[in-house]
Amino acid sequence: MTCLPATSTPKKLGLVIDLDVCVGCHACVVSCKEWNTGGYGAALSDQDPYGADVSGTFLNRVHSFEVVPEGGEIVAERGQARLVHFPKSCLHCEDAPCVTVCPTGASYKRADDGIVLVDEDMCIGCGLCAWACAYGAREMDLAAGVMKKCTLCVDRIYNETLDEIDRVPSCVRTCPTNARHFGDFADPNSNVSIMVAERGGYDLMPEQGTRPVNKYLPPRPRTALGSAPTLPQEDTSDATGFFGWVDKMLDRI
Amino acid sequence: MYPALSIIFFTSASGLGYGLAAVLGLGLLDPQALATKLAHVLALCLIGGGLLSSTLHLHNPQRAWRALSQWRSSWLSREGVMAIATFVPLTINAAATVFYGKHLLLVGLLGTLGAAVTVYCTAMIYASLKSVQAWHTRLTPICYLLFAAAGGSLAGALVAASGNAHSVVLMVMALVFLVPAWAAKWQWRKNLREAVPLSTPESATGLGGLGKVRLFESPHFNDNYLTREMGFRVARKHADKLFVIAIIAGGVVPAFLVLVALAAGHAIWAPIALGLALLFHALGVLTERWLFFAEARHAVMNYYSR
Ligand code: SF4
Ligand code: SF4
Repeated sequence: MTCLPATSTPKKLGLVIDLDVCVGCHACVVSCKEWNTGGYGAALSDQDPYGADVSGTFLNRVHSFEVVPEGGEIVAERGQARLVHFPKSCLHCEDAPCVTVCPTGASYKRADDGIVLVDEDMCIGCGLCAWACAYGAREMDLAAGVMKKCTLCVDRIYNETLDEIDRVPSCVRTCPTNARHFGDFADPNSNVSIMVAERGGYDLMPEQGTRPVNKYLPPRPRTALGSAPTLPQEDTSDATGFFGWVDKMLDRI
Repeated sequence: MYPALSIIFFTSASGLGYGLAAVLGLGLLDPQALATKLAHVLALCLIGGGLLSSTLHLHNPQRAWRALSQWRSSWLSREGVMAIATFVPLTINAAATVFYGKHLLLVGLLGTLGAAVTVYCTAMIYASLKSVQAWHTRLTPICYLLFAAAGGSLAGALVAASGNAHSVVLMVMALVFLVPAWAAKWQWRKNLREAVPLSTPESATGLGGLGKVRLFESPHFNDNYLTREMGFRVARKHADKLFVIAIIAGGVVPAFLVLVALAAGHAIWAPIALGLALLFHALGVLTERWLFFAEARHAVMNYYSR
């Protein structure tokens, strides 16, 4: 059924992505592709994998943006421009337009935890849901001809054959800098809700009216290199013996 | 948006087909005339051909029947349901006309209504997408409906003229629809050009508070499904030229030729002028449809600085 759940889902599972911490290493991109090419549904194919025109299906991609304040200078680390690495996967929107446009019932939002999924056996590959998503979170797999998207690793998070520590999305488990966090946004005391409240987590493109569940944490203010305190002069007057002698000799030259 | 030929052909052909079917349903044409019988068959072929071509862009067309199930929420599903439902009165009336030389008024009017609703559903598939700002306007279904009506009236007038009947009503109808169709389209494109973008790289990343946002490195250095499907760009100078061509071919020339046909009366010039008018109109609409996709910008391109 491609109508959205009538009431707010009791759980709102999703991710918090910390733009202050992400270093743009693409480890989440690789681990996502690795887990999901063998897990839920059709494999994530690549086209022309060893050729010059290689491209493929990804459920998570990292963009890097340059942000320049008005009148700001772009001179590497000394200027005011900032580089922000920006991972992006499905935001599991509460008012998911990708779900309601689907003509077949393949796309749906789960009533219990709010995860947005595609039943690939029902998907005709019309691509309309990818058009409806403003975030570019859906990609047609060109080999299988069905729509692929982030499942929030639904085959990990409830999977009791995995160790408890592994029952989070693959990207979250992999991130070497802890820039991605998984949790329930419906619970105001969950790790993710607290993080969002403390750091001013925000929605992407709120004007699209999709009410994303995933939230982004803004980069913290940066101190310019020039304003960093200079190193204090070292006092070596208490050096004695051999080191005192070396200190004196080196002072002379 | 990528202008896929299968979709452009589908919306143009089925638009004309439904327009013609709607006009035939009104019963203004002589059901005994061979031209009218052929017109019924042609309308069904245009609609059927358009629908078939629209399945060409499906990646798993063998499951296409499933697309009829979600009419509660999906305009694409509604379009499919309406297209099939409309085939019933259209086919019955076509059979009555072709085999018995009779027009069934009630069935015909039902077909007209069904045709209009189907075209509306097609347009709403696009108009319902907030992610493509240019499409997300009331003017989108208005344009689709007016273009279908104009094309249908032109085709109807041609059918009448070929049967050696001089249908002033249909020719006037063609003029009455052509003018607002292109006026609405003009306004539609003006909005596309001048509207303040709903979403920007700043709102897409939420980094606007820090400054101006520009893509520094894309996720992968080659194109991907998203940039191919939604990152189509057409040079502005070409788009402007094509739009002028579309208006002249699809609006000005057909309107002039209809006036010629009106003046020609029963002379042989009338069907020739109307035939040319229809041909030019179809070319104009095809160009317009290409631009409808090619010029529309998708919100996701804010992440790709395109
Ligand atoms: S991010 Fe896109 S694919 Fe995911 S729920 Fe929202 S609209 Fe749908
Ligand atoms: S591509 Fe598949 S999931 Fe997406 S709208 Fe079409 S049928 Fe539904």
